[in-house]
Amino acid sequence: MVKNSLIFIVLIGFAVLLADLFVGFNGNTDLNTLANHYAVSGPEEVGSANLVTAVVVTYRGLDTLGEVTILFLAAAIVSFLLKVEAGASRNRKLRSTSEILDTASKILVPVIFLFGIYVFINGHLSPGGGFQGGAIIASGLVLMLLAQPAKEVGHKLITLVESISGISFVLIGVAGVLFAAGFLDNKLLSLGKFGTIFSAGVIPVIYIFVGLKVGAELSGIITNLQENQNEA
Amino acid sequence: MENLNLEIITLITGIILVLIGIWGLLTQKNLIKIVIGFTLFNTGIHIIMVSIGYVKNRTAPIIDQSVNINDVGNSVVDPVPQALVLTAIVIGLGVTALMLTYVLKMYQKRKSLEINNYNDLKW
Repeated sequence: MVKNSLIFIVLIGFAVLLADLFVGFNGNTDLNTLANHYAVSGPEEVGSANLVTAVVVTYRGLDTLGEVTILFLAAAIVSFLLKVEAGASRNRKLRSTSEILDTASKILVPVIFLFGIYVFINGHLSPGGGFQGGAIIASGLVLMLLAQPAKEVGHKLITLVESISGISFVLIGVAGVLFAAGFLDNKLLSLGKFGTIFSAGVIPVIYIFVGLKVGAELSGIITNLQENQNEA
Repeated sequence: MENLNLEIITLITGIILVLIGIWGLLTQKNLIKIVIGFTLFNTGIHIIMVSIGYVKNRTAPIIDQSVNINDVGNSVVDPVPQALVLTAIVIGLGVTALMLTYVLKMYQKRKSLEINNYNDLKW
């Protein structure tokens, strides 16, 4: 009884906190100063049609580097905890998959991978970007593993892609210090013609590496969880 | 009913999701359900952040045919909360994967998902 009322009090407390937010909120009619600066000067300063990409990759590029690091750390801890001895995964009991799933996955998986690559290459022009593209690639891998549970995905390849793209991201940032205005500066490459694929300076390059890195990390997490499925 | 705008509806949805998430975190005994409660909490916060960044009658912060390039400041919503939520979603995914891994490890050790069976830290 005491426990239930304590839970109730905590819920009421959070409700009061959030209600305060709700009561004072009437919807915005204007951008604030910072957002207005990003919206007005973003197209000239960064050259990216997608302003969210401009904020994520250039204005707050260091945050994105930290975010990729956190994701790397999570993936590393998952693979550390779920390490399977070589050969131990061979005696898993696998359920057979249906004909429909098997055939559909053969057609769909390459298309999903291609769509993921499209999303991260066009991250500065259309909705999407490296993180979304990487997640789409990993979802294609989930479909592949559902259809063929016995398939072994090469951990070496995943680690290689992840390390190379992570190092390239940092090297691009350092090159910005040496050849342009600062760490992760966008004007390392020319800004190009606004709204075309070869524009927005170094953003497409960074997003390709982010996409590959996120795709490899999520694939690593999924593969580790999948190899552990019958260990329990 | 006329002041029930898009941002108000999303804000209410976000607040309800946060409260359901906290309720789940506090009352559920199954470890998987606790993780689900955490994820609902997380999603509710994301929806609240995006709805606060919304500006009335404006479009997504992507400059295409629907946005006049010379008047961007008066035609798009705030890009900053959306960028922050993009970051938060990815980190939330990593944290969820990590929590599920801990649950898996705990299950392998004790063959139980019931939180009452894990009282090693209880005094």
